[in-house]
Amino acid sequence: MKSRMENKREDLVHLYQVMLTIRRFEERVVIDYRSGAIPGIVHSYIGQEAVATGVCTNLRLDDRIVSNHRGHGHCIAKGADLNRMMAEIYGRKTGYCKGKGGSMHIADFSIGMLGANGIVAAGLPIAAGAALAAQLEGGDRVVVLFFGDGATNEGEFHEVLNLASIWKLPLIFACENNLYSVNTPVQYATGLEHVSERATGGYGIPGVIVDGNDVVAVYEATKKTVAEVRAGGGPVFLEFMTYRWRGHFEAPGIPDLRPAEELEAWKGKCPIAGLERILLENGIVSRQTLEEINVQVMQRIENAVSYAVESPFPAPEDALEGVFSS
Amino acid sequence: MRKISYEQAASEALLEEFRRDEKTIHLSTDVPPDLRKEFGEARIRQTPISESSFVGAAIGLAGSGFRPVVNIRMATFGFVAMDQFVNQAAKITYMFGGQARFPIVYRMTVGASKSFAAQHSISPYSMYMNVPGLKIILPATPYDIKGLMKTAIRDNNPVICFEHMALEAMEGEVPEDEYTIPFGQAVIRREGTDVTVVALAKMVHEALAIAEEMKLEGISLEVIDPCTLIPLDRETIKASVAKTGRLVVVDEACITCGAAAEFTALVVEEEQIFRRLKSSPKRVCGLDIPIPYSPPMEQYALPSREKIKAAVREAMT
Repeated sequence: MKSRMENKREDLVHLYQVMLTIRRFEERVVIDYRSGAIPGIVHSYIGQEAVATGVCTNLRLDDRIVSNHRGHGHCIAKGADLNRMMAEIYGRKTGYCKGKGGSMHIADFSIGMLGANGIVAAGLPIAAGAALAAQLEGGDRVVVLFFGDGATNEGEFHEVLNLASIWKLPLIFACENNLYSVNTPVQYATGLEHVSERATGGYGIPGVIVDGNDVVAVYEATKKTVAEVRAGGGPVFLEFMTYRWRGHFEAPGIPDLRPAEELEAWKGKCPIAGLERILLENGIVSRQTLEEINVQVMQRIENAVSYAVESPFPAPEDALEGVFSS
Repeated sequence: MRKISYEQAASEALLEEFRRDEKTIHLSTDVPPDLRKEFGEARIRQTPISESSFVGAAIGLAGSGFRPVVNIRMATFGFVAMDQFVNQAAKITYMFGGQARFPIVYRMTVGASKSFAAQHSISPYSMYMNVPGLKIILPATPYDIKGLMKTAIRDNNPVICFEHMALEAMEGEVPEDEYTIPFGQAVIRREGTDVTVVALAKMVHEALAIAEEMKLEGISLEVIDPCTLIPLDRETIKASVAKTGRLVVVDEACITCGAAAEFTALVVEEEQIFRRLKSSPKRVCGLDIPIPYSPPMEQYALPSREKIKAAVREAMT
């Protein structure tokens, strides 16, 4: 009993560390973007940390994930190196993609992170292929596919639900329903309360609606699902209800038109503050321990920024390399 | 040497490569029976008609260690999956900094001549040539499709194999012994001294057919088949034009922004070759119209032997 409690404690602390790492990483990216140190555009994951964390904590290194434009959280939760992530976002030669991809195209194939994607729903077919690969390999690997509610109106979403269903692919659809595709409410865009109805009703894929701001709920739901999918049960659709705290992206151009009171209400459901309460109220960790974790996380972020800033930019002519593989 | 059809040669290439590498997997809406029989339904996989999903699934398979061959059938169907070709397959190697390889072969038929009308007739290779990251092969003979297809399956990049619909039944010599053909090597189909004719796909055979007639008129044609468009063997084309001083490009794709324009630019941009030109380069291409249905209109839309001959004569004046 005691050891189980120990595991539980470790699990919860781990969830906390990962969520906080994502939060602090994203906060720093926003600051450095605003200062002009980071070029391009970045899509902040702040507010949705519980989903990536609760899902990926259930995965093995050899399981694969496919991500979308809001992908930093998925990368961190799957175990990506913060230094190489930050360097990529900074456009440096030492980044994951040697500065050729940037924020929206971070991948780490060595840890099964098959890439973020700048085109809504375009990662879905790629994930279906990775899941087919897992099936053909004959082991019990699973693939998790992260996408938002906005992707559910793309044709590829329906095509891939169908493929996953008829081929019984070991594919977990991890839909982050943050209620808006940019500024378009999901109810307007889909006519539905929950987009998972499309999977359950249209394609016979079991769907589960989960509080995406409750990391323990995300963790438990995913744990059960991963076990089922590993056992050959076919695809499952997890719909995580959540909310992003920032606008669609960190760039001028598209104003955030969501109601301010709605945003405030969701901030009240902060996934990190929620877990902190559980940890403190149940005496699982002390406030001092949480503070120590925060200091450690901040140090890792600081190190990542230093690594990025101290790394060289690619030479202009490096652009010519790597169009093809040898 | 034995003769087999273009289609049989392609099929042999697939059989041999699927025997050679168990990581190969075939995706198509119509299952090739010989492959299915030997390799089973898991590897020779039938897909629903959902091009985006299986064109994209090939990328996920490739990124996970497999070597998919995807038969899309007609190039006009490929447009349904354009995001997966252009934004995904073509860019993913580069965009991810080369950390993974994406060995994929996409097969599509191109061309016109069968009254299939506009939505089943097109030669869109130049559209893909404008997207860095895709290799593009355009085999014109049974020998070539077998050797190039085998190379394509072994290549570690996305390769599009465009196959002209009118060549499927064409027979040609194909050795029994195994061989592959490297990319980026044009073939001089006929040596000549007066006019370089660069021809693509079915037009290779049209150019060869008029070469004898032209000889009777005292004009010697050098007919070049680039075989692969990306990578392109620029040197063979340039060397030939440097020798003849005249260029006629024959391609049934629409003339505007086609591969023919690229070949033309190739010889006029380079000062050394430009100076040797005895006449301005000519293009004999498809007209800038969707391919019409009715046979007289369809034939009118495509390069004809008469149009090629006229261009050659004009180049000689």
